[in-house]
Amino acid sequence: MPTSGARVLVIDDESQIRKMLKVALKAHGYEIEEASLGQEGLEKAAVFHPDLIILDLGLPDVDGFQVINRLREWSQVPVIILSVKEQEEDKIKALDAGADDYVTKPFSMGELLARVRVALRHAAKTEDEPVLTIGELTIDLAHRLVTVGGQPIKLTPTEYDILKNLALHAGRVLTHQQLLRSIWGKEYQEENHYLRVYIGQLRRKIEPDPTQPTYIITEPGVGYRLMAKD
Amino acid sequence: MKSKKTDSNYNFIEQTDTKKRGRLTIFLGAAAGVGKTYAMLEKALELSTQRVDVVVGWVGNHELTEKKIFLKGLPVMPPAKFEHRGKIFKEMDLKAILARRPQLVVVDDLAHINAPGSCHVNRYQDIEELLHAGIDVYTTLNIQQVESLKDIVAQITGIQVRETVPDRLLEQADYIKLIDVPPEELIQRLKEGKVSASSQEKKALSKPGNINALRELALRYAAQNVDHKLSSYMKVHSIKGPWPAGERIMACVGPSPFSAQVIRAARRMAAGLKAELIVAYVETPHSFPTSDAEHDQLARNLHLAEKLGAEVINLTGSDVAEELLALARRKNISQIVIGKPLRPRLRDLWKGSIVNKIIKGSQGISVHVIPGKSKKVQGEEKVSRNSLDPKVSLWSYIGTVLFILIITVLNKTLEPSFDLINIDLLYLLPVLFSAAYWGRGPSIMASLIGVLAFDIFFVPPQLSITVADIRYLLSFVIFLLVAIITSTMATRLRNQVNLARLRETRTAALYALSRKIVAETDIEGILNTVANVVADTVDGKVVILMPGEKNELEIRATTVLPFDKLLDNTERETAQWVFEHGQLAGKGTETFNESNALYLPLKSEDKNIGVLGVQLDSPEEYLTPEQRRLLEAFANLTAVAIVRLQLAEEAQQVRYLAQSEKLRSALFNSISHEVRTPLASIIGAVTSLLEEGEIYSQSDQITFLQTINESALRIDRLLKNLLDMARLESGKLQLKWEWCDIQEVIGVALRRLQESLKEHHLKKEIAPDLPLVRADFALIEQVLINLLDNAAKYSRAGSEIYIKVNREENNIKLAVADRGPRISEEDSERVFDKFYRAYYSNKKTEGTGLGLSICKGIVEAHGGKIWVEPNPEDGNIFIFTLPLNHNVPNGIQIRKGGKDAN
Repeated sequence: MPTSGARVLVIDDESQIRKMLKVALKAHGYEIEEASLGQEGLEKAAVFHPDLIILDLGLPDVDGFQVINRLREWSQVPVIILSVKEQEEDKIKALDAGADDYVTKPFSMGELLARVRVALRHAAKTEDEPVLTIGELTIDLAHRLVTVGGQPIKLTPTEYDILKNLALHAGRVLTHQQLLRSIWGKEYQEENHYLRVYIGQLRRKIEPDPTQPTYIITEPGVGYRLMAKD
Repeated sequence: MKSKKTDSNYNFIEQTDTKKRGRLTIFLGAAAGVGKTYAMLEKALELSTQRVDVVVGWVGNHELTEKKIFLKGLPVMPPAKFEHRGKIFKEMDLKAILARRPQLVVVDDLAHINAPGSCHVNRYQDIEELLHAGIDVYTTLNIQQVESLKDIVAQITGIQVRETVPDRLLEQADYIKLIDVPPEELIQRLKEGKVSASSQEKKALSKPGNINALRELALRYAAQNVDHKLSSYMKVHSIKGPWPAGERIMACVGPSPFSAQVIRAARRMAAGLKAELIVAYVETPHSFPTSDAEHDQLARNLHLAEKLGAEVINLTGSDVAEELLALARRKNISQIVIGKPLRPRLRDLWKGSIVNKIIKGSQGISVHVIPGKSKKVQGEEKVSRNSLDPKVSLWSYIGTVLFILIITVLNKTLEPSFDLINIDLLYLLPVLFSAAYWGRGPSIMASLIGVLAFDIFFVPPQLSITVADIRYLLSFVIFLLVAIITSTMATRLRNQVNLARLRETRTAALYALSRKIVAETDIEGILNTVANVVADTVDGKVVILMPGEKNELEIRATTVLPFDKLLDNTERETAQWVFEHGQLAGKGTETFNESNALYLPLKSEDKNIGVLGVQLDSPEEYLTPEQRRLLEAFANLTAVAIVRLQLAEEAQQVRYLAQSEKLRSALFNSISHEVRTPLASIIGAVTSLLEEGEIYSQSDQITFLQTINESALRIDRLLKNLLDMARLESGKLQLKWEWCDIQEVIGVALRRLQESLKEHHLKKEIAPDLPLVRADFALIEQVLINLLDNAAKYSRAGSEIYIKVNREENNIKLAVADRGPRISEEDSERVFDKFYRAYYSNKKTEGTGLGLSICKGIVEAHGGKIWVEPNPEDGNIFIFTLPLNHNVPNGIQIRKGGKDAN
């Protein structure tokens, strides 16, 4: 496995979750360090130099959002958030503040491990992959060419921009705000309906069944994710 | 008949009530300068050295050195200063004292009248409030300032005292200390200028005879008080003794200034006899107060009666004496007090005066006739006694003359064929007519001119006044009599009609209000109705205030818009006072009379629920006692209606509570079952693997693990439903409105349900070009998940689940059809109820009975509807709608950095 041997810091106050994560991640060849409080986590991040941090949002001392903000002052280490459904707002705030991805509790281990791999891969990558292939879909960023099953698809500039943004972060969630900001600019970051309309159009062009999309996945209340090949 | 007991303090057995009240000590003196204030301060100082918390609330601003010395030893409350119409006034700071809460407060001059703009008109009202707050009070009073002694003092000294105190204060006083000095010493003090009194007063006091008379009055009053205290004590402690039982005194009053004297005299008698005092006023067609001055005088008289603690009774009838006697018998009156008429009246000659009639019909009731005042005083307050005639205008006289002219011309033309007697009779017509319609004046004139015209034009010798026949003089007398009798009767009738109409209007207004508010189902409705009806009835502005969350009065209904102008600080303060004390105040009363409006409490049995404020459109006008009573009736009716609604609401609450109790037990049953079942599988599978994992094959172990996974997911779903339910129930569900693509919502839901739906055949029919819907994405997703999950759960594997989305006029309609067992028609409503699982109960299917009720809650929160229809082929169709009544940003054309033009 290309990512094995990576150092993962788990910050969660639930010892049961830490224990489970430790077993599962160790079995996949990762090196683990644990912290049960936000402050402790930040200190360990400085000492342990992790390649990835798994951060619980509901910490008793500092809230996860602050942990990310303080972490981002000096480190670009990828962060995956663990949250429960009721922390929707915090989750989006954390993602916008620079967290890389999230998993909602209760989660399956497979899901978490997939996110960990995507995040580590992105962090390791130095240059953009010019051609991305997911199932039938290929996106050739160098030539601005999108094909489905070998057939070239005609996209409007905005549609292409959205797809390109998703492709650059393939496998990772992009929040509505992040997408709106990078495509239309900062003043449009509240206009979610732009995205709804364009994603709908995009899906009709690239998805075999737009009501059951397989490439562009909606993360309700958060944003969109382009499925990684994984 | 309306009666009103205004003063419950007028009660001799009151020691039991006085436990929490502060104690009142009055230092009573015969006149100014006897040393009351000195004695009071001396006593207070003595108490303060005994660690009693004494403060001086108010001591007159006299430059008297002795007082100054005293004040040094006592903390003095600074006076409240306030401005009124450009002048600075200083008064006792009632609020500060109430806030300071001393044990004892010393307040000089009980009879003082506060400056305009103060909370109360009279200082004794301030003191009553202090007593009510449980603070003891020391105060001073001159005997001449006792209300019921006012007339006697005036007789002795010739001084009309303006500042007086109602007798009940002295009766309520726990201690009366009589301060007395020999007259020589007082005169000496007067000469030395040590006495602060008006020059008129000083003059009166310079005569030892006057001083002695006042001293005697004071001594007698104090002695009476001791007697009263003793009796009260005897009553409280059940000591049997000679007890004048059941004495009841009735004073008869009218719209005359002299009636006040009658009331005071009756009050003195009542106090002496420890009798109950009733003040009766009879409204008759003859004595209907017609002028404003009379109205005011009557109002003042009745107010005085109320102030002196009498029960005021208003009667209506045609004969004053009869009505009074009937009331006296009904009320077991033992003594009647009545004023001697100021001057004999013509009518009394043949009808007999009221006094005579009462004496004649009194039968065992003593009748006291009080003589009137001296002429001089009477002149000052003279109120014009209006004649019974209606307002007679010049036109009625002109009309009368014209009428007679016409009759004369007519008679002249008829003369040849008519007898003289017929012509004479025709002249009666204008007399009768003017009597009936224009009153006595024009009718007498008609009889005079008529007789003259008859005499001049028809009686021989014609064109001369000479009366040849003495019989025509008789016809003149008859004409005159007809005029007087008819006009009197007509006027009386008119007055009676007016009176009846007035009462009818009042009754009708009350009836209309009661009927209207019975129909109201919420408090706002009642209040608005009341405000409008009251505003119509009294021609004014109305505001109704009720306490809000912080117990601060808030405007709940008003006829004034914008109403913020209506309630400045004074008005608010008045309303608050009324609310706290449950007594009316404001314009036209003794409390907060600087307010623009009159405020009445809305009182229920045990508490005050609000305040009704009324401001007349014409600011100069005051409400008549009659109107005030009508308003009180309105206020009572309103209070009753509000209480009725509140009780109904409480009953509803209780029902809700019982219902929620039932729900809670259903919830607990459901949860314990729903959580235990999957937990049992988890624990079973886990213990098998932990304890003897090695005996199971690889595939067995996987089966165990799958069981654990499924059971855990089931608990997660249950929790999610419960949380959703809790959010919906608590009303804290805040929709996160955003523009949603329904197709996208369906996509997410289907992705979530991949596992549960994989056994079913899924068909979709989604209309193209659906507009975006304003909704909460996650919640609509939840609705779809619940519906699809149910469809999968209750239908056989391999059967079809059909999703259809189309646009209706103003809705988007989503339907989920399954081929499960059909829901009966009677269940089709109830499946959306919480924990209602009747239709599945024959099947062993997991579920809490929450899913559909959550769907219903969510859809309705979006303004949509949800229902179930039978699927024509088999199974059910669950349908819900989402409204499209928003501006849909359809067909956005956006370029980079550019805004769409929708």
